[in-house]
Amino acid sequence: MTDTPKPGSSSGSIWTNERARGIVSQVLLVGGIIAVVWFLVSNTNTNLEQAGLELGFGFLADQAFFEINQNLIEYSSTSTFGRALLVGLLNTLLVSVLGIITATIVGFVMGVLRLSNNWMVSRMAGIYVEGTRNVPLLLQIIFWWTILTGLPRVADSLAIGNAVYLNNRGVRFPAPILEPGMGLVIVTAVIGLIVALIISGWASRRRVATGQGFPSLWVNLMLIFLFPVLLFLLLGRPLSFDVPVPGRFNFTGGMNVTPELVALWWALTLYTGSFIAETVRAGILAVHRGQTEAAYALGLRPGQTMRKVVIPQALRVIVPPLTSQYLNLTKNSSLAIVVGYQDFVSVGNTALNQSGHSIEIVAIWLAVYLSLSLATSAFMNWYNSRIALVER
Amino acid sequence: MTEGFHRPQTEMIPNRAAPASSVGIVGWVRTNLLSSWVNVGLTLIGFYLIWLIVPPLLMWAFFDATYIGTDRFACEDRVGACWVFLDQRFAQFLYGFYPSEQTWRVNIALIMLIPALAPLLFDKMPGGKYLRWFSLAYPFIATFLLIGGFGLEEIPTNKFGGFMLNITVGLAGIFLSLPVGILLALGRRSQLPFVRIFCIGFIEVFRGVPLITMMFTAAMLLPLFLPPQMSLDLVVRVIVVVTAFASAYMAEVIRGGLAAIDRGQYEAAQALGLSYWKSMLLIILPQALKYSIPGIVNTFIALFKDTTLVIVIGLFDILNIGRSMVANPDWLGLGIETYAIIALSFFTVCFSISRYSLSLERRLDTSR
Amino acid sequence: MKFAKITTALAFAGMSVMGAASVGQAATLADVQAAGVLKCGINTGLPGFAYTNDAGDWIGFDAGYCKALAAAVLGDGDAVDYHNLTGANRFPALASGEIDALARNTTWTFSRDVDLGFTFIGVSYYDGQGFIGRRSLGITSATELDGASVCIQTGTTTELNLADFFRVNGISYEPVPIETNEEARVAYLAERCDVYTTDASGLAATMTTFENPSDHMVFPEIVSKEPLGPLVRQGDDEWADIARWTLNVLINAEELGVTQANVRSMAAGSDNPEINRMLGSEGSLGAMLGLRADWAVDVIAAVGNYSELFERYLGTNTALGLARGQNALYKDGGILYAPPMR
Repeated sequence: MTDTPKPGSSSGSIWTNERARGIVSQVLLVGGIIAVVWFLVSNTNTNLEQAGLELGFGFLADQAFFEINQNLIEYSSTSTFGRALLVGLLNTLLVSVLGIITATIVGFVMGVLRLSNNWMVSRMAGIYVEGTRNVPLLLQIIFWWTILTGLPRVADSLAIGNAVYLNNRGVRFPAPILEPGMGLVIVTAVIGLIVALIISGWASRRRVATGQGFPSLWVNLMLIFLFPVLLFLLLGRPLSFDVPVPGRFNFTGGMNVTPELVALWWALTLYTGSFIAETVRAGILAVHRGQTEAAYALGLRPGQTMRKVVIPQALRVIVPPLTSQYLNLTKNSSLAIVVGYQDFVSVGNTALNQSGHSIEIVAIWLAVYLSLSLATSAFMNWYNSRIALVER
Repeated sequence: MTEGFHRPQTEMIPNRAAPASSVGIVGWVRTNLLSSWVNVGLTLIGFYLIWLIVPPLLMWAFFDATYIGTDRFACEDRVGACWVFLDQRFAQFLYGFYPSEQTWRVNIALIMLIPALAPLLFDKMPGGKYLRWFSLAYPFIATFLLIGGFGLEEIPTNKFGGFMLNITVGLAGIFLSLPVGILLALGRRSQLPFVRIFCIGFIEVFRGVPLITMMFTAAMLLPLFLPPQMSLDLVVRVIVVVTAFASAYMAEVIRGGLAAIDRGQYEAAQALGLSYWKSMLLIILPQALKYSIPGIVNTFIALFKDTTLVIVIGLFDILNIGRSMVANPDWLGLGIETYAIIALSFFTVCFSISRYSLSLERRLDTSR
Repeated sequence: MKFAKITTALAFAGMSVMGAASVGQAATLADVQAAGVLKCGINTGLPGFAYTNDAGDWIGFDAGYCKALAAAVLGDGDAVDYHNLTGANRFPALASGEIDALARNTTWTFSRDVDLGFTFIGVSYYDGQGFIGRRSLGITSATELDGASVCIQTGTTTELNLADFFRVNGISYEPVPIETNEEARVAYLAERCDVYTTDASGLAATMTTFENPSDHMVFPEIVSKEPLGPLVRQGDDEWADIARWTLNVLINAEELGVTQANVRSMAAGSDNPEINRMLGSEGSLGAMLGLRADWAVDVIAAVGNYSELFERYLGTNTALGLARGQNALYKDGGILYAPPMR
């Protein structure tokens, strides 16, 4: 093994020849790995045989027999194990996306506040950051769950306008029901959004090239909101709400967000938010002080300087660690199992216990999380190459 | 009018003191709290928040709290916190199910950790040379103390619990992952394709999956991979997977340290005619590791917090002991107090280590 | 940074792996005897079945079986190393040889016996799944639970029975999955769920820990058969025989009137040949099992007979207050029936 090639002496024994030594050590390594893998596989085979178990993914098509309390897609105890895992994966993605959005907001706000020249503000942001990142996330999740289940019972729910109810079984709020025609409205809004994005891109390029502005804000607002709203009214408001009503045990109707989801979401937000805050702070500090001073010299106000000069440059430093924080958040959402939020790992664990197929389930876990991780690093590489400083 | 002509100043005007409004407490308050109207507002909000949170918190935690008793009924008519369980369950929080007449062994192992770590963390130590030999021997001494044998009563690892379990798993994981991490980091930079691919694969797999899946692997799969007549204790299996997991992160930290080293150092080592391993051991790694110490410390903090994950496979670490205590009828409803104490334990350890790592980073920065 | 420092760091890493490898599987009896201690899997905490007393020792009905088995094999009921297992990791623990026997109120089912590769050695407690709820709900039957939130332990048969029960009755529910019985109790008391479902014995055990047990009621429906019993790995018949006959000794001892108090005097010999065979003063049953002649004496001396074990941890004089019901001997109207010692 060598780091930089040396002028290898071709003469002499195999031990003095750099190339030969490299080959020998690699052969040894590969041989070693094969031996270890063979050892493990043969053990596993013996053990499985002794226990009378068989490997295979066929069980994914078998009936699961258990229920899941939060289904983004159709699911019941008559569905298959495969579908149960899919429901779990969607639950993981849901809490991850929610967490990423809120953690980013909390993180950026706290990161900027930590650099505030107001001593009080920066100290408080500091206490938040140190207080959350030095305590195990698992503990925080359990803590929030304990707090949330201490909320009023269903019978004493806190009500907001007879539509939203808060109790120790979560928050229940009206669910939108899409009637015929609503699809068209949504499609119009989406198209409007895409067109708006294209227009603002074009407008900013034009401003850079010619210095001429374009009232893209008004055009875009019209595209995104006005047309869909008009269409909505024209079609006779094809939208109604399923309002929750008190039932015997729980509210019925509407949508419910369980305390498990909220506890997990909130804990992930605060925990990851503190790491993002540190990333943001480091990113802002990495922007040379001269940049700020130059912006002030040009007459920009502090807020403008932050938005238009410092943050865009800081993002270059912030984004790579930020993506890995997002990935961490997604992985950390697997701690859901301790409060009974049925995410991918939790459902997998149940499926594992009910089916006995431990090797297969763990393999599925690894495959899914690895793909998520590889996709993230692919994005990171793409972004890095895009924003890499072009030296002029 | 000659008298009136302006004579050049020949003496320095003595420094005048800064205006009273910009020095001392007043000045500090003005620049740090009241520099603009927005800041005045923020400061006021801050004070209001403090007033809202701190006094009730102090009342709850200290002045209104109950400290003495045998169960939660001692706190029946309390308004503040109930710390009674600390008195009753302290030993369990610290030692888990470790036999109470043997806990002195845990204490000694913990105390000996301080001199063992000292030469690693501080550059200049009186008698450092001898301490280093002690550091070398410490892992074996600690293992012997905790497990027993050779005359000491043997304690099976399933008796390990409480904070001691967190510390044991965390320390064992980090110490064992150091050599593995170094090899992986070197392998990742190697020019030999198989070595490199293997190391990259190992690192990416373990960094890509959540630790919790590894915990399940330790509990359920590892036994299947071992020969039928051999079985490892659950705690040992957990240490194995935690080591593999931490090694991947360690490798990346050390890779960063290796990258920080000037190319000239490699070339100089080669110019001296040193072999690869010699140049690594004598020249490159000592410097790389020095730069890696803050990263290693941060990896340890993350790992230490993650040791709480052992609760998903039924081990009783401090969090699980607290959780099952809260479920105990005698202690029902003390969740907040219990979790606050556990959080405080972790915070104390992690915060002080992270401060140390920060000061180390600064020191390394200036020495370059 | 000096070279010595590196070596120090490396040495730290040399920390040896703790815990010795031990031998499992094929000859469990020899392994247990060599180790001098029985590794027995029990619950992480279930009043009556496995819980810690004030001294921190694990006791209970299931722990008592472990004790009996240790007494049979090693002659010492205290030579047990208890492993606390969740519903989820109990089977891997047994399969891997981490424990020698599992006594963790585990339901004997077809797939566990056949597909998972275990051998159930008998039934130590006949149980069934029930529901517990607050009286203030104002319902009297589990079939009225449409729309309720139900706490369940994941990885158990109760999770599957529950789904079956609600599906068959055409009613819906919100499952609140929980890992352990203790957590489930916390969630139930916090009213995170309306009802908690588990084995009826578990419900009784859980109810004892409530401040006002009379505010709660067990619904009349028993929705499943849950024969609970100890189990061992498949493929070691000798060990399975020892485990099976230890349980049978407990039951037969009750039938024959052998108790913890009189077992020593009866061991000297009595006028009942069946007792003499069991306690080893006649015949050679112990030797057939590969154990001592007086192995059964040690078992009964350690924990008493089935009735004593039951009454000590579960019976009407305990907080659980469970009646013998179908767990009475066949001649007392129950279904407990052990094969003869012959």
